[in-house]
Amino acid sequence: MHASLILRVSAPLLLWVPLVISFYLLVRGHNAPGGGFVGGLVAASGLVFFAMARGQTAALAVMRLPPASWCGVGLLLAAGSGFLAWLDPSAGYLTHRWWFPDLPVKLPLNTAFIFDVGVYLVVIGTITAMVFALVAED
Amino acid sequence: MRQMLLVAPILIPLLASAVTALLWMRPGVQRAVGLFAAVALFAATLALLAQVISGGMLVGQMGNWPAPFGISLVVDHLAAAMLAITGLMGLVVAVYAMGPGAQERDRAGFQPLFHALLMGVTGAFMTGDLFNLYVWFEVMLIASFGLLVLDRTREQIDGGIRYVMLNLVGTTFFLLAVGLVYGLTGTLNLADIARVAPDIENQGALAAVGVLLLVSFGAKAAVFPLFNWLPASYHTASMPVAAIFAALLTKVGVYAIIRIFTLVFAHDQALFGPLLGIIAMATMVVGVLGAAMHYDVRRILSFHIISQIGYMLVGVALMTPLAIAGSVLYVVHHIVVKANLFLVAGAMRQVGGSFALKRLGGLYAARPLLGLAFLIPALSLAGIPPLSGFWGKLVVIRSGLEAEAYVLAFVALAVGLLTLYSMVKIWNEAFWKARPDAAPEPPFAWSLAQRVATFAPIILLCGVTLTIGLWTEPFAAFSITAAEGLLDREGYIAAVLGANPVQLTEAVP
Repeated sequence: MHASLILRVSAPLLLWVPLVISFYLLVRGHNAPGGGFVGGLVAASGLVFFAMARGQTAALAVMRLPPASWCGVGLLLAAGSGFLAWLDPSAGYLTHRWWFPDLPVKLPLNTAFIFDVGVYLVVIGTITAMVFALVAED
Repeated sequence: MRQMLLVAPILIPLLASAVTALLWMRPGVQRAVGLFAAVALFAATLALLAQVISGGMLVGQMGNWPAPFGISLVVDHLAAAMLAITGLMGLVVAVYAMGPGAQERDRAGFQPLFHALLMGVTGAFMTGDLFNLYVWFEVMLIASFGLLVLDRTREQIDGGIRYVMLNLVGTTFFLLAVGLVYGLTGTLNLADIARVAPDIENQGALAAVGVLLLVSFGAKAAVFPLFNWLPASYHTASMPVAAIFAALLTKVGVYAIIRIFTLVFAHDQALFGPLLGIIAMATMVVGVLGAAMHYDVRRILSFHIISQIGYMLVGVALMTPLAIAGSVLYVVHHIVVKANLFLVAGAMRQVGGSFALKRLGGLYAARPLLGLAFLIPALSLAGIPPLSGFWGKLVVIRSGLEAEAYVLAFVALAVGLLTLYSMVKIWNEAFWKARPDAAPEPPFAWSLAQRVATFAPIILLCGVTLTIGLWTEPFAAFSITAAEGLLDREGYIAAVLGANPVQLTEAVP
């Protein structure tokens, strides 16, 4: 497959713009439309586009870890975010904890966000693994 | 502590799956992690079982959202027994998978998929929420598809596509039913549905939902007439995968049928009882006849899974305490025996070089221990006393006679006889007759470690079968407690929703 010159040159832009948007979607996701799943899909689409423009090897180099490992990290993060529930041993698993540190800006820290990041990584890993397998270059 | 124990059967395989996926490039380490996780899962499920036996039902609300809103995990006697047997199967197959072919399997991603499958199964056994059950079904389906096509052969992909297509149809029906249930009752929590269901005005629509659920769970459980995916795919899988599939996948469908139809549709027994009875009989007969006409060990065993599913449905069809106890005892016995037969079939192929009965022979002379290891589960499957299958069949048939369902009891007896015919056929052809001239050479010699990994699980499961057979009393008593728990709908509802359930659903017409 020979991608056109325009596509190849604009590839980095087409990778990083979706990644930034996906991060925005991830962060706003708790109370507004967005979240880990949607953000992950957008980020994965950026990576897939990069793979179409520059080839899969280049895309895998950008990702650094194999897609399965992204899933692994994501699952560990998501599962791990639930453990803080047991600060109170009678609480159900995945009871999320919130902290509002005393700062001039409103900064809600919470474990639900860690869960969302986990979902984000799992979605990126799964989608890229599936797409790369489907369009594998022999 | 109880809360941690309650989620452990889901968390342990989840973490194992994540860690082994992280170690994608290091199959050796993956295997060690996988084995450790399997041991941990078995220990956790046993601890959970002990908790339930001593302290009764365990209930947990995930994320501390109260019952009808959040997802409840509920472990009663039946669920605890199923979890413990899942833990045992996970351990046994994890060890068996270290036998011949382990390197190739692990490079193809066996470990993450295997633990994801175990997570799907344990999740389905524990959940108290209808939609969550659907999610666990999907987890199971995706993981099992990956496992099925592990070797990437043409045959496997063909079997895998049939498997996925037919199962997707089943889960689509499930999704339709979930939507309808929510429309009718305004809730998806099983206990809450059970509380509201008898008072719903539109009982006809609710019965339609029941039929939809029966179709989707029936497709999972491979009952007549929705069993075609099973013999089309199971014989293509590699042996450890076939063993875990045979042990657990269809039984999740059976478990879902038992759970939903004792809890939610118990008031509609006049409709579903006879329907399930007919399905049970047809499943028994079709499965055993299918097995009688085949001459490949894996295909014979696959058809016997179907036939045995019929026995497990008798309990829900009759809905008496004894009949349900029979189903519970039968499921537990069957999982052990069936997994063991598939493990033995893998060992037979390793020793004799083939799965086809025509090309096998003289295995008893060559490997008497293997012959014995085949006979124990095979005769147990056929229901020869004093093995575990005898007691399972005895309870099922006796409950049929007590409920005056004579046809059902007679069919169950006759099918037992035909099962014996199939098992004797394998014995005569593979073990007893002289080795045919055209017999293939065994694929390759195996090391001592591989031999231990293959035979230790087989012998362990033979031991479990003998224990259930010779020391039935505690197992039977446990089954009766489990059956009484299943029939005590009020107890289940109160345990999940608490004393004063949140009154939300009354607002819905």
